[in-house]
Amino acid sequence: MVAAVINIFALLLLFISFLKSNKKTKGALKIALFKGLGLAPQLISLVALIGIVFAFLPPELIKEFLGGNFSLIQVGGAALFGAVMMIPSLIALPLAGSLIDAGASYTPVAAFITTLTMVGFVTIPVELKELGKKITIYRNGLALIFALVIAFMIGVFI
Amino acid sequence: MTAVDNIENNNSKENKKKIQAEKQNQKLKENIKKTIKTLIFWGIILTVFRYFFPERFPAALSMSGRYLKEMILVFPAVLVIMGLSDRWVPTSMVEKYLGHNSSFKGKFLAVFLGTLPTGPMYIAFPIAAELLRKKASLSNVIIFLGVWASLKVPQLGIEVQFIGLKFSVLRFIFTLISIFIIALIMEKTIDVKDFNENV
Repeated sequence: MVAAVINIFALLLLFISFLKSNKKTKGALKIALFKGLGLAPQLISLVALIGIVFAFLPPELIKEFLGGNFSLIQVGGAALFGAVMMIPSLIALPLAGSLIDAGASYTPVAAFITTLTMVGFVTIPVELKELGKKITIYRNGLALIFALVIAFMIGVFI
Repeated sequence: MTAVDNIENNNSKENKKKIQAEKQNQKLKENIKKTIKTLIFWGIILTVFRYFFPERFPAALSMSGRYLKEMILVFPAVLVIMGLSDRWVPTSMVEKYLGHNSSFKGKFLAVFLGTLPTGPMYIAFPIAAELLRKKASLSNVIIFLGVWASLKVPQLGIEVQFIGLKFSVLRFIFTLISIFIIALIMEKTIDVKDFNENV
């Protein structure tokens, strides 16, 4: 269902773009191909790893570490993990989905995704250079705190 | 004289294009090689795995197969959408529209432009700095950065596919609210007047 909507949307955009400019559309398809090939090795590894890991890891173990009710240590740990990691979100989202399928709670996953995208320890040097110390510290610090709030709220409403 | 200059100019331009195309081709080849290597690597690992744990192999295969199928279903479309917006929404357009900001319209534009799938985070920082230099309000710039980082449209498609619609909708709403609060806090506490002097 979701896949159908996305595919129809993409085809529609492609069609409109083709009508407006042949050249730009070709360029866009080239970019898509390049990006896809760049992501392919990671995606293949992810698919293979998911199979192997879940064939061995009993779901009880994932439930024990990432499941259960909201716990500050668990969610905080997930948030910190997301802050220091540098994973493209196109890779991280399927990974997060597999953890939830295996019994992880939504709260740590939400914290992980939020900090992974909003807080970037790895990109801090660039941010410092471009935006200065004050903005960088405030932005990343507040994002880290609000990641916990977002995770908690999702845990309440889902 | 000028005609000669023109020809020379054209020649150097063409050369540049050629060099660029060659570089792209090289990178393409490298990526294809890397993909093939990865496939061989995991092929070997899975063969070994099958040999040592024949009873667990079917479970692993069906799990991998399920995710592979889901990825093939959504990734090409998402990549095409990203490619299209890269061509049709140049970053210069983002700067142009976020530069002048009437309060509400500016915030709306910041959200809208941030959700467009145009490039990774490290591209957003220089744009944000340029916007601040052009006197865009700090809150708009922070909103733009936050939305750019975590609420991109094609990524939401992947998120809905792999995690679920309800999760995505809730995360979108709470993240957007959080970004607005963060932006307000920062605008109240940080004086951007000294932005140029500090950086």
